[in-house]
Formats: sequence, C-alpha cells, structure tokens
Amino acid sequence: MSQVSPYPVALSTRRLAAQSGWSLGRLTEIWEYRELLYFLIWRDIKVRYKQTVLGAGWAIIQPVLTMVVFTIFFGRLAGMPSDGIPYPVFSMAALVPWTYFATALSSGSQSVVGSQHVISKVYFPRLIFPLVSVLGPLVDFGIAFLVLIALMFWYGILPGAAVLWLPALLLLSILTAAAGSVWLSALNVQYRDVRYVVPFVIQLWMFASPVIYPASHVPERWRTLFFLNPMAGVIEGFRSALVGGSSPGWITLVSAAVVIVSLVAGAAYFHRLEGTFADRI
Amino acid sequence: MAGAPVIRAEHLGKRYRLGARGRQSSTAGDAIAAAASRLLGRLRIGRSTEVSDDILWALDDLTFEVQPGETIGIIGRNGAGKSTLLKILSRIMEPTTGFAEITGRVGSLLEVGTGFHADLTGRENTYLNGAILGMKRAEIERKFDEIVAFAEVDRFIDTPVKFYSSGMYMRLAFAVAAHLETEILVIDEVLAVGDIQFQRKCLGKMNDIARHGRTVLFISHNMEAIQRLCSRGMLLDRGRLMASGSIGEVVTKYRATERRLVDIGRFNARGRSGTGWARIRDLRLVDIAGRPVPGRPAEEDLTFVVDLELHNASMVGASLRGLILELVIHSDQGQPLVSLMSIDDEGVELPSAAGCRITATLSGPTFLPGRYRLNAFLGIPYREHVDEVPDALEFEVLSPVHPWRPYELHSSRQIVCRKASWTCTVDAPFAGASVP
Repeated sequence: MSQVSPYPVALSTRRLAAQSGWSLGRLTEIWEYRELLYFLIWRDIKVRYKQTVLGAGWAIIQPVLTMVVFTIFFGRLAGMPSDGIPYPVFSMAALVPWTYFATALSSGSQSVVGSQHVISKVYFPRLIFPLVSVLGPLVDFGIAFLVLIALMFWYGILPGAAVLWLPALLLLSILTAAAGSVWLSALNVQYRDVRYVVPFVIQLWMFASPVIYPASHVPERWRTLFFLNPMAGVIEGFRSALVGGSSPGWITLVSAAVVIVSLVAGAAYFHRLEGTFADRI
Repeated sequence: MAGAPVIRAEHLGKRYRLGARGRQSSTAGDAIAAAASRLLGRLRIGRSTEVSDDILWALDDLTFEVQPGETIGIIGRNGAGKSTLLKILSRIMEPTTGFAEITGRVGSLLEVGTGFHADLTGRENTYLNGAILGMKRAEIERKFDEIVAFAEVDRFIDTPVKFYSSGMYMRLAFAVAAHLETEILVIDEVLAVGDIQFQRKCLGKMNDIARHGRTVLFISHNMEAIQRLCSRGMLLDRGRLMASGSIGEVVTKYRATERRLVDIGRFNARGRSGTGWARIRDLRLVDIAGRPVPGRPAEEDLTFVVDLELHNASMVGASLRGLILELVIHSDQGQPLVSLMSIDDEGVELPSAAGCRITATLSGPTFLPGRYRLNAFLGIPYREHVDEVPDALEFEVLSPVHPWRPYELHSSRQIVCRKASWTCTVDAPFAGASVP
C-alpha cells in the first residue's frame, strides 16, 4: 500500500530558528489571523463593562464628567479662552479623540505583559495584542462621538464641510496610538518601568496637546514645534472640523509622516523581540 | 520510511541563563548595571565572558525527524526539556541554536482553556478559545454542536463559565482543543483533566486523532497512556536525546535509566543557585541509628540531616545567624507537598558559628509509598537566596512494615497520611437511644 498524503493541499514549510537582524517579519500573517483579532477585540468590548451597573453607560459618563470638570475649572474658574466656542463643546471636541488616544495607549503599552499567560501557551503573531488594545477603544470613541454631536446640536452648532477630514484625523490618532503601543508594549516586556512611566507620559502629553486650551493660545514662534505633536494636529483638526476655530497647518502632515516612520520602526523592534517574549515574561 | 518528514530538527538547542531566567533585566536600572558590567568586561578581556555555571541548556543539540502520521511520545523526567521542545515546535519560543523545519499547521495544546474568560458564556468561550488555538470561525461554527455534546455542557452553554464546576470547565476546554484540525498536534499532558470517566473519553478521542493520519507529539508521565497512543518514542534527559525508536523500547529504556540515573538518597547540588556565602554541604535522610538511607517505611518518622557551612565568610559577618533553612518535599511529579522551616514553632535558630548540623524530623506516618524529592533553601525569605538547591535529595517512602491502617495504601494518590487527634462525643438525645 502506497503512502498517500492525508492532506489535500500542498503545505508550506516553515523554518523555526533564532531571530537575527531587523525585519518586519511577515506582516501578512496578521491578515491570516484577522478572525482572532476580531474575536479578541470583541472579547475586550464584551468584558469591559461586565458586572458594572451602568454597563456601556460608562463610555458616555467618563468623557461627559471630564468635560463638566474641565468646564468648571478651566472654562469658568481659570477663564481659559476657547476661540469663542462654548467651553463645554470646546473641551468635548478635544476630549473625544484624546480619551480614545489615552485609553488606547495605556492599555496598548500593557497589552503584551498583560497577556503573559496566553503568550507562554500558544502562538499567534504577538503584534495582535497591541492592535487589539488600539482598536478596541474605538467603540467607546463612537459612543462619545455621538454624545459630542448631541452636545453640538444642543448649542446649535453645525459642522462645515471640513467634517470630511475627520476620518483622516481619526486614522492619525489610531496610528499614533499604535506606534506608541507597539514600542511601549515591547519595551515593557524587558523594562517593567514602562508601566510607571506611561501614566506620566499620558498626563504630560495631554498638557502638550490643545485639550484644555486652544492652539491659538500657543505663542507663534512655538507653533511649529507644538504641531509636531501629532495629537495636537488631531485635536485641533477635530475641533476646527466640527465647531470651527483655528485649523492645523501643513505641519500635521510632517507629524503624520513621523508617526508612520515610528510605527514601522516600532513594528520592526517588536518583531525583533517577539521571539523572546515567552522567555522574558 | 519514505517521503519527506513533516518535522525536521537539526542541532536544536535552547539556552537559559540561570538566576536571570524569566526576569532578564526587568528594570531599566538592572539593564544599565548589566550594560556597564558588560562594557567593563569587554574592556578588560576583550569580549564578554559568560560564567558557565549560570547557563543551562534546556535542549542540547537535538536532531530528529518525524514522518507524516506518526504519533510520537516524548518521555523524560521533569526538567528534561520536553516542554521546551514542544514550545519551540509550536513557535512559542525560539531556539538558541539550530533550526526545525515544519510542514503544515501546528496546533499546540500545552494547556486546555487558554484565553478562557470567566465572565463569558460557554458559547462565547468556545469561539474565543477556538480562535486562539487557530481555528477559523466557520470551522468552529461547523463543529460547535459536536464540541458541546462532547463536553456534556449543553444545558449550560449560555451560562458564564465562572458558574461552571471545575469538571464542566475542563470538559469544555478539552472539547474545544480536541476538535482542532491542524496537520500537526503538539500535546502536553492535557489528559489529566476531569474525572476518570472523562479522562477515558479524552484518551479515546486522542486515539481517534492519532488514527486519522495526523502527526501527534505527546508528552505525558502516564506511561500506560503514552504506550497506547504513540507508535514511536523519544527519550530526553537534561536536554539531550537519549533514545528514539519504538515506543515499547523507549519506555523500557526510560524505566531502566530512571532507576540508574538517580542517586537516590544522595545529596545532589547540580541545580544550586544563590549568593553562596553560606552553603548546604550535605543533606541526607537517616534511619533511627543515624545512618544515611535511600528510603524509610511510611509509618516511620522522616529525619533529614543537613550540614551547613560558611563558604565565603569574609563577605558578611562570619555567622550563620539570621539565616533560615527551608526544606520542601515534592511529589515525583513536582507537586509541592510540605514545607518545613527552621523558624517554625519548635524550630531552631542557626548559630553564630562557621558551620552546624541541623536535624529536621517529620513525625510518621508521612506519605504514601513512592518517590519524593526535597528542595532545600538557605537564606532570608523574600530578601536573599543564599543557597537554593532544587531536587537536592530524592528519597523513597517504602511500604509500611507495620501498617497503621487495616486497608491498603493506594500509591497512585499522592497524598500525605498523618495521624490526627480524634475525639468522639455523643450528644444527649443520642445517649438515651442506645441499643439496649
């Protein structure tokens, strides 16, 4: 009896050896694992507000409460200028993309270390972990965005044609969060200091971005440097697209280019280290 | 055997740095210190040197081939490198040296229920776990009913698994894993789940898998199961491939070397680690007369004698004082059973001296007959490991000479037998109801 291959299709052969040098690996592998990516995002969303009384209501309450606090302290007490826009709308328009970014970055930086159990027991491209953390909070972003629209409606503010920029700005904030998460999650495996550094970084980053103040408040000569922060462009862009005010210039394109370069470099760094994650975790 | 192998491994090796294992420079401070010392080392010697004591080859130069459809049992003691091999083949870890070429998808079942979330229902976890193991959504959908039926959890499939009994949880977890259809399956002792009846069912399922032309690599300490499931065996010892061939031959060889390899009752400091300024010089099990013995009957006291000495007294004040000695008895499978500490009530304080002899007696009856291992630790808990010796001593508990129970002791259950102080009182209502 002749030996017949039990497999109907030709199977590819994979070589397992120590990783050396820098490369991007097989990014196409992420595509092969897209269903897992979907399931993990779905799990995170499903589990996030389990056993809470208010459930997904938290996705509304968190930005709204922050907006109220900011309005009272920065808008009223500190008399922060807001380019003539009512301060609640002014801060909410910034908080919606900012909250998304902050959540994505902080959970993204913890994503690999937080999944150590799975990492030591099963293989799939480790890049899935930061991706899940970055894409998951988009649902909360969507909910908060609807609240923002409602708030604008309440104040009788109608967005102009610039609203078409929003998808591009959202994409830029996703890419920024992804670039940060890919770097930090890999660094975190080796240096647990990352865990303590990230909250500070996020806090400082918020003050470096026009969340509580308008970009027009930044002295002219610092403006270029200021907009090198991609989130400054995103937030200012969000605000001007929805409620008017000053808009970010060409410099945001430069920051977007920096984000893409650092995302690619981050993915290469991540790939270089991912083979050792199971050993180090 | 003709045809191309599905797995071809050449000079596969995996190195660990002991001590640093699992937490290689876990803070930036450590990393800076390590980088500084590397730099200094380079300046002085020209290249960084590695102290050979600190290196463990978990796998050492493994070369083998696996043909399509073979079922391979991987046998060896704990720490022989079995799990490391499976982790490399399933891409969880990278080898340090050599390579392996694999044709086809590899499904790794190193654990059942990886990624299960307590808050999700059985149905949700089935999809999630299936996806984590590498199944496509359509594939899970197709097999869903079969999985649920196999796990016998149909009524609870929409209940969060946190409300499941541990048996139900394990059954569902195994059922998902068992329906994985990769060309190569890598399995680590997942059979040890559930009650005996379900274990049998699992074994049956594994048998089906093995017969359907798929390639299976299987680790187990259960020689009976491994012989039933596997056609070929590979024997590993300390990372090396000692034997490969028909499963019967390999199991026989394993049993023979097992008896020869281990110096039962002899102190073994091979795996020692720690700062080392004080050391355990010798550790032995003794009989009533104080003579070293490899084993003691189950009903007798277990008396361990430990000789301690200062190894490098100049480093710290020349005294053992303040150190704690801990002895942990493990089952042969590595399950920790009992910890004895010198600071326990009725323990001893280590003296201000350069050396001493400590005796620890665990009163009998102690354990069911079988093999046990002892880990020894000298140091300050949570602060300093001065001398830690895993598997410092292997000893045997023998069948009782004077049984204290009228029933046979079942050695398959590794439990501790102790004598408790019992009392029995009769409550007033029962007192009058005595049989006339």
